[in-house]
Amino acid sequence: MSEEATNDSPMGPHGPSAAEAREEMLKAYPKKTQRKRGKQMLVNEEPGTPAEIGANSRTVPGIITQRGCSYAGCKGVVIGPIYDVLHITHGPIGCGWYSWLSRRNMNKIRKPGETNFLQYSMSTDMQEDHIVFGGEKQLEAAIQEAYDEFKPKAISVYATCPVGLIGDDIHSVCRKMKEKLGINIFGFSCEGYKGVSQSAGHHIANNGVFKHMIGVDDTPVEHKYKINILGEYNIGGDAWEIDRVFALCGIKIIGTLSGGVSYDDITNCHMADLNVVMCHRSINYMAEMMEEKFGIPWFKVNFIGLEGTKKSLRKIAQYFGEKELIDRVEEVIAAEMAEVRPVVEDVKTRTTGKTAALFVGGSRAHHYQDLFEDMGMKVIAAGYEFAHRDDYEGRDVLPNIKIDADSRNIEELTVTPDETRFDAEKPVKKKSLEESGFEFSDYEGMMRQMAKDTLVIDDISHYEMEKLIELYKPDVIGSGIKDKYIVEKMGVPCKQLHSYDYGGPYAGFKGAINFFKDIDRMTSNKIWKLATPPWRNTGEATAEKAEAVTA
Amino acid sequence: MSCNCKQGNPDIMTADGDSPEAALPAAATRNACKLCSPLGAAMVFKGIRGCLPFLHGSQGCATYIRRYMISHFREPVDIASSSFSEDDAIFGGEKNFTAGVENVIRQYQPEMIGVGTTCLSETIGDNMLGMIKKYQDSHAGKGPPLVHVSTPSYTGTHSDGYYAAIKAVVQHFAKPLRVTMPRLVNVLPAMMSCEDLRYLREVCAMYELDATILPDYSTTLEGGSWEMYHRISPGGVTINDIEEMGAATATLEIGHTQANNKDSAGHWMEKERGVRLDSVGWPIGIRLSDEFFAAMSLIANRPMPDQIALDRGRLVDAYIDAHKYVAGKKVAIYGEPDLVIGLASFLSEIGMRPVICATGAKVKGWRELVTAEIQGGCNDVETIHGADHAKISERARELKPDLLVGSSKGYPLARELKIPLMRIGFPIHDRFGGQRILSVGYRGALELFDMVVNALMESKQENSETGYSYL
Repeated sequence: MSEEATNDSPMGPHGPSAAEAREEMLKAYPKKTQRKRGKQMLVNEEPGTPAEIGANSRTVPGIITQRGCSYAGCKGVVIGPIYDVLHITHGPIGCGWYSWLSRRNMNKIRKPGETNFLQYSMSTDMQEDHIVFGGEKQLEAAIQEAYDEFKPKAISVYATCPVGLIGDDIHSVCRKMKEKLGINIFGFSCEGYKGVSQSAGHHIANNGVFKHMIGVDDTPVEHKYKINILGEYNIGGDAWEIDRVFALCGIKIIGTLSGGVSYDDITNCHMADLNVVMCHRSINYMAEMMEEKFGIPWFKVNFIGLEGTKKSLRKIAQYFGEKELIDRVEEVIAAEMAEVRPVVEDVKTRTTGKTAALFVGGSRAHHYQDLFEDMGMKVIAAGYEFAHRDDYEGRDVLPNIKIDADSRNIEELTVTPDETRFDAEKPVKKKSLEESGFEFSDYEGMMRQMAKDTLVIDDISHYEMEKLIELYKPDVIGSGIKDKYIVEKMGVPCKQLHSYDYGGPYAGFKGAINFFKDIDRMTSNKIWKLATPPWRNTGEATAEKAEAVTA
Repeated sequence: MSCNCKQGNPDIMTADGDSPEAALPAAATRNACKLCSPLGAAMVFKGIRGCLPFLHGSQGCATYIRRYMISHFREPVDIASSSFSEDDAIFGGEKNFTAGVENVIRQYQPEMIGVGTTCLSETIGDNMLGMIKKYQDSHAGKGPPLVHVSTPSYTGTHSDGYYAAIKAVVQHFAKPLRVTMPRLVNVLPAMMSCEDLRYLREVCAMYELDATILPDYSTTLEGGSWEMYHRISPGGVTINDIEEMGAATATLEIGHTQANNKDSAGHWMEKERGVRLDSVGWPIGIRLSDEFFAAMSLIANRPMPDQIALDRGRLVDAYIDAHKYVAGKKVAIYGEPDLVIGLASFLSEIGMRPVICATGAKVKGWRELVTAEIQGGCNDVETIHGADHAKISERARELKPDLLVGSSKGYPLARELKIPLMRIGFPIHDRFGGQRILSVGYRGALELFDMVVNALMESKQENSETGYSYL
């Protein structure tokens, strides 16, 4: 396996083969951990038929992980961004504080008189007494107070670790207060210890949104092409860029779940003709449940990257099948690309052949590969923080995924077709399209897109990340804030793909331009050359410098 | 929480010792002015060389605390977790604890593991000391020391977690020693910036003292680029030095709340290890710095070094030059208790009126503590403890301060009131350099003074019709 790595090597110009790197990383662990991590760390030997990965398994205690908890996935990611629902965290102060505007899911109020509740972090701030005697009364008072002061349309309550343990029944408090106040009030049992990562929280959130919000408002939406975008959280304004492109195409987005979205959008979004899914991991449950209840079909899209955006727009146009829409989409693509092309052509002169590694999220480590490919860069290693096997290997493995104890604890809703609102025409249309080769309910997964003999690492630990840098020195790593500074300490620029380092949007066409410029700037920066002071420069370093200048 | 809020809010005291009439929400905390206690403990552990913080609970706690500390310090912050699952929450976390500790030791080879608890492990009542002992017994006492501090998020704030961890570390390591080294001093700082800690060391050196500063995260949380990979960020006070704290000539414990706290680490050192305690407030401004340097002179048996005296002169000179821009201006201060007291002292001494002095912590005798340090009377000073930003905002709308002083979390209020925010404390995540703000001593006061004056001048310029540039 130890053939000399060259520029054509799937792992870039430096370092050993992926298999050797894998062995090297596993070496440090005790036997048991080695076995477990071994399953989460693969060489992508057959991209066409991906090997089985040990994703969505428990984090080994003591391994410093990127993963968060169920509460973070539920409140922090999926429901937190709904700006006109008032969110109350039931628990001691930490969780409410840490999830207070710490994700960059952007929002604007739509009309005068509305309040953007995201600027508030409400917590019942449980004290020892509540832990001993129960906190239901405190929660009830908090809901009443919030109602008195803000009169919101809806209040959403999130349970943190101790709540489940002391047996507070947040759901009965919510029901009681809903009845009393006459507004929609619902709770989420998303205690941090549930599941193995924030992914459990996504599922819990999907269930709650589906039960308490979807289908509440049947007001018809008059538009020829109506869709929802599921799993787009408007980080750095991504959803707004997607909105812009869709408006140009003449497609109506009823609800974007749940970025830049209002409560009203969500309660009315079952009026759509089609659901398209961005982040498969966090919201595939919703897509499935809406199809079962209302007949709305779904397919996977990706608006991160030029090729992905074009492909996704065309597929949506084809779904509706009207020539005017298909033509309009082509016109929009042509006009937008005219703007993007000179940028990408310029940037590519500097970025082609450079390497990247991506360890982030449950879909981003896949989506962003498109953007790097657009720039002629090579992704040598990638992995998710909290995804499941289907996000790596594709949805065709779903029937073979063993349900473990942690997943079984998360409620699986039984959904049946709605007696009056199930649209029987939609499945018929879906079937006829499928016959002509159109794919629905699809996701091919990350590994199929990755090059042969690259590294796939699930839930990467700090230690493994450091090894990776030591061995390969990628030109850029896409990750999150918890890794950013350790990566940069080691002389590699790190792009935060959760928060975008205060930049963005990166979606759609204008977003791609932002991304190309940011990555170009990061991979061309010279700051680390100053790390070694001139009086310490050895002959070797000078040679390296000379090489860098000629390169 | 008792709800006698109809008679006014019990957590707010006006000048006459009354609670204001208007009832403020008390059941929910809106926009908290405090963080949870494990965060404070993690800060302390980060200030010990080779120490890896370890939180016993859900991994979310470690992750959230890491991301918050990182966004302030912009440095790597590793905190391990025992990653509880639902089963562990029911049956206890011992298995995870043991596995976690083993993995941490193998991967990071720490010199110490600082074990904090979370509301999860505290609620189920995991016996940490028992678990640690069992682990160590089964390893024949080998491996790094495990130091435990109890930090449930449902009691106290990050400040409490911080001070509790200092005490836990001192109790664990400081040996009873018969010798006294006259040039050795222990410094137990409040939750200060990295720059403050560096300056404290410099000051000690100027007094020809060898300082054991616990914690010292000045390098671990603000270091340079690495030429080689470090498992644990370099820097921090060594365990060896902590062990020898009993030989110091004195302990300088910083923070008004600790002076009053008979259970503080400094008090413990005095009682149990016979090291004299000198308690000082967070030395912000001239008077508190005078007290601080007087204590230093006493400990060191040296007069004030010329350099420091010169700093003092420059500070007074600056006060004289700029007093017309600050005198009579109203300021609202919020943050950790000891920081707020120090700032109130400083801001009142330059002629500003600290109309709101708020902390998220519940502090016994808060009003007395704060007002004792305020110059120029306290009739117009409102002191709030157990505050959240909703309460602070409510009062600020009425009292109309000209300046806000505190963490980044005051920004929405500053924007609403169209007044400047001078950022200090934790966290600062919407500006750079929070970890480099110097507040301690005359030099720190000078830096803060310039920040205050310039913030006010800038806002005056921006809101002026003419916008003169020569002021």
